[in-house]
Amino acid sequence: MPGPTNAETQPAVSVHELDKTFGQTRALDKLTMTVHTGEVHGFLGPNGAGKSTTIRVLLGLLKADAGRVSVLGGDPWRDAVALHRRLAYVPGDVSLWPNLTGGEAIDLFARLRGGFDRRRRDELCERFDLDPGKKGRTYSKGNRQKVAIIAALASDVELLVLDEPTAGLDPLMESVFAEHIREAKAAGTTVLLSSHTLAQVEALCDRISIIRQGRIVESGTLDELRHLTRTTVTAETARPASGVDALPGVHDLVVTNGKVQFDVDGEHLDTVIGHLHGLGIRSLVSQPPTLEQLFMRHYGEDLAAAGNGGS
Amino acid sequence: MATITAPAPAAARGGDRRPLAGVGALARFALRRDRIRIPAWIAGLTLGSVVNLVSFEDLYPTEADREAVAETMNTPAGLAMTGPAEYLRDYTAGAMMGHQLLGFTALLAALMSVLMVVRHTRAEEESGRAELVRATVVGRHAHMAAALGVVIVTNLVLAVVLAGALAGTGGTGVTATGSLLYGLAHAAVGIVFAGIAAVTVQITEHSRGASGMGLAAIAVAYALRAAGDIGEGGLSWLSPIGWAQATRVYVDDRWWPLLVAAAAAAALVTAGVLLSTRRDVGAGLRRPRQGRGYASVALGHPIGLAVRLHRGLLIGFAAALALLGTMYGSILSEVEDMLAGVEMLEEALAEMGGASIVESFVSMVMVVLAVIASVYVVLAALRPRAEESDGRAEPVLATAVSRARWLAGHVVVGMLGGVVVLAAGGLGLGLAGALALRDSAVLTDAMGAALAYAPALWLTGGLAVALFGLAPRLATLTWVVPVYGFVVSYLGGLLQFPEWMNNLSPFGHVPDLPAEELSVLPLLLLTAIAAGLALLGLTAFRQRDLQTDH
Repeated sequence: MPGPTNAETQPAVSVHELDKTFGQTRALDKLTMTVHTGEVHGFLGPNGAGKSTTIRVLLGLLKADAGRVSVLGGDPWRDAVALHRRLAYVPGDVSLWPNLTGGEAIDLFARLRGGFDRRRRDELCERFDLDPGKKGRTYSKGNRQKVAIIAALASDVELLVLDEPTAGLDPLMESVFAEHIREAKAAGTTVLLSSHTLAQVEALCDRISIIRQGRIVESGTLDELRHLTRTTVTAETARPASGVDALPGVHDLVVTNGKVQFDVDGEHLDTVIGHLHGLGIRSLVSQPPTLEQLFMRHYGEDLAAAGNGGS
Repeated sequence: MATITAPAPAAARGGDRRPLAGVGALARFALRRDRIRIPAWIAGLTLGSVVNLVSFEDLYPTEADREAVAETMNTPAGLAMTGPAEYLRDYTAGAMMGHQLLGFTALLAALMSVLMVVRHTRAEEESGRAELVRATVVGRHAHMAAALGVVIVTNLVLAVVLAGALAGTGGTGVTATGSLLYGLAHAAVGIVFAGIAAVTVQITEHSRGASGMGLAAIAVAYALRAAGDIGEGGLSWLSPIGWAQATRVYVDDRWWPLLVAAAAAAALVTAGVLLSTRRDVGAGLRRPRQGRGYASVALGHPIGLAVRLHRGLLIGFAAALALLGTMYGSILSEVEDMLAGVEMLEEALAEMGGASIVESFVSMVMVVLAVIASVYVVLAALRPRAEESDGRAEPVLATAVSRARWLAGHVVVGMLGGVVVLAAGGLGLGLAGALALRDSAVLTDAMGAALAYAPALWLTGGLAVALFGLAPRLATLTWVVPVYGFVVSYLGGLLQFPEWMNNLSPFGHVPDLPAEELSVLPLLLLTAIAAGLALLGLTAFRQRDLQTDH
């Protein structure tokens, strides 16, 4: 094993201008993203945006049409087997063999990956409240998901690749899952977590990439993303708030009995607050955007387009 | 006032309490889903019957020929494989149909009915689709009623088509009335087994289990009639197939056994409906069994996984072939008497270079056994495709298992499994034959003849692997090989196909041991082509995307 000398500088996952097409459909379009070693990276996007396709390329299950992809320093297509020893994967929709029990499937995955901690596996079964003695065909979607999660968490790996792992889990199990992700992070494991549960990503992830139509449209820490986007400001001023709409970066201005409410781009916040100060601020509430607002900003136009198309 | 005259909510109105609400729509839907299957079953069964009738007429043109056959049939083994001895009194071509074929095609009609009922009831519940449908205005018993309605109508159509086709073909003793009874005897068996399936689908949660119990019932019914026909006949009356044969169609044309079948079907359907009210949607009457919580040591390797996934099918096929081989083997001593003096066969044997009747019979049986074994090989070789498209390959290939090792695991188990299935057939035939003829050489002859087909099976499997690698969506085309092999090898002699058609089938290149000499070269070539195809598939699979359906 080479020493961990370049672990600091080398990202766990690095994707540069990745293209992937299926027939006529362009699934990934010059997708570029980086997951740093040791971070929990949220991968956000609605169904069909290209999350699973990206992940399958990272696992060497799909071949990239163009672009550079590196996982744990290796080429996922060429070095698939060697890399798979060092990572664990939870698919978004887990299919199990109808005549194998959940326990058998867990052991199988973990052994094929190259050994696991039996005691930890039993602990996880208990924590996730899974009966490992039931046949695969009798499990609900949530229970099939648990089988894959337990098999992944029981292995000692450097990278966890999780594709919507909690779809189908109840809120109680989601919190058990979150706990284990924090534990993995504390142990130095890198986590790539694809999800469309925004609250989960907000709570767990250090950095976030938002994907839309096969491209990364936003990437960074939650704070950085917030900075890049708009803050909602509600203010009451001594003198009527005139001229706010003329300021740069102000959107969606509403004036109601002496109160103004508007969204302002991060870079113009200082100018706008300066202007309000000149009018005599009586009260001021400034709200950073929630992840949902960030997300909706990118997808809002899709929604609007869908709405217009319908009417 | 208004409160009194206000209409009751829809659910409280009498019309929507009907347990059969929506049955018409469901039945039409089932017919639409089965628009290919139903005609295929009916056409297949009818065609098979007509071909047999024609061949009986050709093989035994004179009354003396037919009497000779009747005489050789009158042995325990002969009766076990065919039907009750009453048919032998007046052994016309029609009587031969009732005696030799009716039991077999009626068994297929039963199979069709079981599979159809399970497909439209339990399989729908298992997939969760029934829940969606039941949440609409659909009555409690509508699913079952629609499924049974469709199956009963299918069986009646089969009866009419079969009757028309046989009466149209004609033959000694084949009357119009008899043909109608012949068709209805099939329908009776089909409908009784639809009733049996109506009960089995209540018992387990799983469609596979329900079909399995239905198939077991068919096997028991066949065994009961075989035992009954050897003995006093009492046991035959416990078997729906026995009732069909009790019509003595084309001999005495007795109609009343059909009433026994109708009564049994009615009782079974009633039982199924009553049982269905004692369980929830999606649940079975029997609780699922608990399995083991940890994997065995073997299940930690691609080969171990493949063995586990192929095991059930392999055991099933090996047992079926051993049984079939034993059945053929046990009549070897009668074959000699039965076929001696049949002109057409003697000519054919002379052409083949003076092999004995027993030897040539063993070679003929072996082709059939090999084609059935190839069905196993195709099923096994197509397993990787099912694993891939159903999404079970993906998590395995995301572990430290290379694509080559994963695919090789399935291929090795499938190919070796094919040899095991062949050997089981050869062993059954050889052992039973050796006992019947008191000649131990039959065992080695039969084993050698069986194993000679291994390269042809490998080629079939190799084709599946090549298609899987190069064009996974076309992999099911591999089925062409066993179907073509069956048509050419089984019907080829009868229908006088040209030689090139035989050469297109991998089975056509295997020497017909023990009737012919062993020639090694074609076997080596078949093996080399099989290896080449498998390697091609393996290489192509390593170069392509994994294609998952979700």
